Amino acid sequence: MITIDSLTKRYGGFTAVDDVTFTAAAGRVTGFLGPNGAGKSTTMRVMVGLTPPTSGEARVHGQLFSELPNPGLEVGVLLDASAQHAGRTGREILAVAARTMGLPRQRVAEMLARVSLTDTEADRRVRNYSLGMRQRLGIAHALLGDPSVLILDEPANGLDPAGIRWMRDLLRSYADQGGTVLLSSHLLHEIEVIADDIVVIGNGRIVAQGTKNDLLQAAGTVVRSAAPDRLADSLEAAGIPHTLGPDGVVRTPADAARIGQVALTAGVALTELRPADGAGLEEMFLELTAESQREGAAA
Amino acid sequence: MTTLALERENAATVSRPEPRPIPLTRIVGVELRKMFDTRSGFWLMTSIGILALLATAAVIVFAPESEQTYSSFATAIGFPMAVILPMVAILSVTSEWTQRSGLSTFTLVPHRGRVITAKAICAVGIGVVSMLLAMAIGAVGNIVGTAIAGTDTVWDASVADLTMIIVANVLGLLVGFMLGVLIRNSPGAIVSYFVYSLLFPTVFGMLAAYQEWFRDLQGWIDFNYAQSALFNGVPDGEQWAQIGTSGLIWLVAPMALGLWLLMRSEVK
Repeated sequence: MITIDSLTKRYGGFTAVDDVTFTAAAGRVTGFLGPNGAGKSTTMRVMVGLTPPTSGEARVHGQLFSELPNPGLEVGVLLDASAQHAGRTGREILAVAARTMGLPRQRVAEMLARVSLTDTEADRRVRNYSLGMRQRLGIAHALLGDPSVLILDEPANGLDPAGIRWMRDLLRSYADQGGTVLLSSHLLHEIEVIADDIVVIGNGRIVAQGTKNDLLQAAGTVVRSAAPDRLADSLEAAGIPHTLGPDGVVRTPADAARIGQVALTAGVALTELRPADGAGLEEMFLELTAESQREGAAA
Repeated sequence: MTTLALERENAATVSRPEPRPIPLTRIVGVELRKMFDTRSGFWLMTSIGILALLATAAVIVFAPESEQTYSSFATAIGFPMAVILPMVAILSVTSEWTQRSGLSTFTLVPHRGRVITAKAICAVGIGVVSMLLAMAIGAVGNIVGTAIAGTDTVWDASVADLTMIIVANVLGLLVGFMLGVLIRNSPGAIVSYFVYSLLFPTVFGMLAAYQEWFRDLQGWIDFNYAQSALFNGVPDGEQWAQIGTSGLIWLVAPMALGLWLLMRSEVK
């Protein structure tokens, strides 16, 4: 379990992380979602003691990271797959880490097999690795000590679709076995398909957090009908807030049952009525992070 | 299949036995390995031996017969050592930042002081071993050289003299280490080492030449000048004191500042 309590990090006058509090629970995958520069990486660096916080703290299993006697055995960390000595071979990087943790040598070969790096690839120097290979090596590095907590910053970066699928299954099974997984991404879809809990950060602040289901629920309902204008009018009459998109799609925070009832009363035939899952969350994400988006609010 | 099943079991166990702390000896072992396990690191280490051999060969070939004494060999080998050993010390520290491997080093061992201590032990150990190796190569060169020239083999350096030369080289290496800790960037630290070892002596030398008041102070302030006593036998009490005071200014104080900064800095 990871607990972040009122964490703040300032650089001079710039507040990179602003009073962030959240928990990543054991047995669940927690997605840390936010646009670039929102403070995800800074928060994660503070968690593992690489960046001193201005105030607040982060604890793993109730302990500060620096209090962990042999952190590699308890927390698997992947912050930047490219942050390795370019002149070392992949195998040597794992061997050095295994030696630091006091693990037997064969653990290195096991992990290489687990992330599907071949012997030839493992003996190449990291400067010759593709981003995808570095990412696999980084995941092997994180899994090496068989930790119960994983902290991964943008682990899907550079992986091909099959690799992303593989990583998703791996993290899913890790959480199902009782492990704590915290992974960050700036891509909503990535988080949506894997996370149980979602923490959304923008401009250094947490703008939303909860289970994925709760957040989806909050995103409301999508309705299509043959007569969108009449539907909109009847929703208006029923006092239900809604928006009518140019494509004739009506979005509303009300639940599907209520909308169905209104449509039936109004005699409007619906062609589609469903919770606004993916698209709705995306809208929420764009909206919630609008101020921090460099492009401004996407309409 | 079995490892996977085993992992499943382990991850499911919520309360596992508290792992034992990482002993310093293991960190030293890891840091030592990291000094050799890259191509550049390996060749840097190998070059210590190669340059000692080349310097020895140069004395045999170029030095006049009368100069074929052990101290000539020791001096010739001393030059490359004085350059390479500080580089070894610098890179052992700075590569964690310049190559960014510090991200994993300092998360696996979240006590930077322990990692830096381990690096210092490795650097000094390598310095002493390299000097002993270089002196052994010099001794062989002295025997072979005089045999070729047909002159008597002259052993004109005592164990005490050689020990002082080792001390001087370890001090030079520690200067490199200090600059690595302070600057934490490979090219920056290497350049500053050359500025430190070439510019400072010149400036102090000029100051002593033109400013009377500085002449008596130089030994106490100029670290390079104070260290030169180490190359002329065993220093006396005053010379040791001068090495102490100048070292305090140019080695200990900046090292303390560097360590203070390093502990608080952000590893990116």
